[in-house]
Amino acid sequence: MRSLKLKAAVISLLLFLLFIGAWHMATLPKESTGLAGADAEYAALMGKGAEKSGGFPPPLEVGRAFVKYLADPVYDHGPNDKGIAIQLGHSLARVGLGFFLAVLVAVPLGFVIGMSPLLLRAFDPFIQVLKPISPLAWMPLALYTLKDSNVSGIFVIFICSIWPMLINTAFGVASVRRDWINVARTLEVNPLRKAFLVILPAAAPTILTGMRISMGIAWLVIVAAEMLVGGTGIGYFVWNEWNNLALPNVIFAITMIGVVGMLLDMIFGRLQQLVTYRE
Amino acid sequence: MSAHFLIVEALKKVYPAQGGGGTNAPVFEDIHFHIDKGEFVCIVGHSGCGKTTILNVLAGLEEATAGDAFMDGREVRGPSLDRGVVFQGHALMPWMSVLGNVAFAVKSKWPEWSKEKVREHCAGYLEMVGLGDALDKKPAELSGGMKQRVGIARAFAIQPKMLLLDEPFGALDALTRGTIQDELLKIVQATHQTVFMITHDVDEAILLADKILLMSNGPHAKIAEIVEVTMPRQRTRAGIHHDPQYYRIRNHLVDFLVNRSKTYAGVEAEMFHDPRNPPLVQPGLDGERAPVLALPTGMAAPQLKQVINH
Repeated sequence: MRSLKLKAAVISLLLFLLFIGAWHMATLPKESTGLAGADAEYAALMGKGAEKSGGFPPPLEVGRAFVKYLADPVYDHGPNDKGIAIQLGHSLARVGLGFFLAVLVAVPLGFVIGMSPLLLRAFDPFIQVLKPISPLAWMPLALYTLKDSNVSGIFVIFICSIWPMLINTAFGVASVRRDWINVARTLEVNPLRKAFLVILPAAAPTILTGMRISMGIAWLVIVAAEMLVGGTGIGYFVWNEWNNLALPNVIFAITMIGVVGMLLDMIFGRLQQLVTYRE
Repeated sequence: MSAHFLIVEALKKVYPAQGGGGTNAPVFEDIHFHIDKGEFVCIVGHSGCGKTTILNVLAGLEEATAGDAFMDGREVRGPSLDRGVVFQGHALMPWMSVLGNVAFAVKSKWPEWSKEKVREHCAGYLEMVGLGDALDKKPAELSGGMKQRVGIARAFAIQPKMLLLDEPFGALDALTRGTIQDELLKIVQATHQTVFMITHDVDEAILLADKILLMSNGPHAKIAEIVEVTMPRQRTRAGIHHDPQYYRIRNHLVDFLVNRSKTYAGVEAEMFHDPRNPPLVQPGLDGERAPVLALPTGMAAPQLKQVINH
């Protein structure tokens, strides 16, 4: 088992080096040909000097962006120049708030729907229609009614994280084993105790799966939402750096989005492990 | 109403037909029987005759289409802490420890008890089933037999007036089953618990029961006979098959299940079988005597003769 992990790590490292190597080779500055006889000064005037830039950034240049941003992650030099930690913090705060509100709505509602076959059927058409709507399609409505870009961003996160949680909670609650419910019934357990001590723990793994999916979607959506609403956040940062044509920074931001997304998923994976029971 | 502890009268169950239209034939109907306090009654019959449904009705988990059940003079309406149920698939909550599972039941019965008192009470019952040192284990860490023991401890721990067991040992291997049967026997003998139990195992029924209800096949299942186990109450699994009564009772039961359980349903049966008062037989005492049936004089029941010859 350990040697398998070790081997996998070695192969991962090799793949990474191979990727960086290929990237480096592909972005090597091309030898300026055809200008051999020309005046160096003229060449410089034409912008074709020794240092050739403007193509896809080579790994070294991106590496410098990593060092620059990670060395000082929390500076704040005005609206268009903030440290990466601040930008990520803004995004995480939006995702966290929207997600939290979605939990508050989806878990109790899913619980009620899951307990009642009647309500499950009654709510089903709405869920089926609302679920496939791209969360960003809500943006104009949100901006018009909420009149605040920041709140609209949070609303978009809310609306996109609610569905997987709602569906999974309802499904988890509806499929709690009959036997466990019957045990609670024969013991005349009151409804509140039954909900918290039997149904909730029985459905917890399914509910947590829903939360994990929701969090994944929320992190995907926040980048796009922030590109639209602007101001702060990692999505805005990406768009801002694109406007600056600073591709190394864009690549840096993309990597950060991936790393934070992975960490969020790991946290939910751990939570899922905590509530999973072995039968 | 007489002084019987549990009385079941004219119980009938019809499940609605698939697709909504029309109704199915009743699974069982005209079920009459009674259980006295401290009696151990087993019910035996082929799959599909509605044994589990009867038990669920007694537990209050299911409603009968017609008929009533009374326990201790009161009608059985919905589940109650007065009736402990041991489920076929043990039905332990896997996220609770062994102690937690029993404590969940105990706290439901006596919510005012202190933590220590609950723990002590539960530990006592778990010790009774031989799980005194597995209190903090999770059900997943236990073998099938141990899980079922926890289920039994949970049912006993709430000190119900009546215990309902739905094929509690069905999923266990023969050796484990034997050991737990012995334990159950000991506990029941010590506590004089009133028990109603479903089983498929003829030997288990003879070992444990005072009376065995034989059910004919469904649909239209009825209680065909009540077999009284006439052997002395102090039985052991090791010694029981040396009793000459044992094989007479056993043969009677097996004959019923193999040959006769089919014919008690339907028109033929209704001519001489009174479901309100199913014949009480004692095959252990007299293997030569035919079951006491309310036969019109001179009427032969060929399928019964066949039994006697076995």
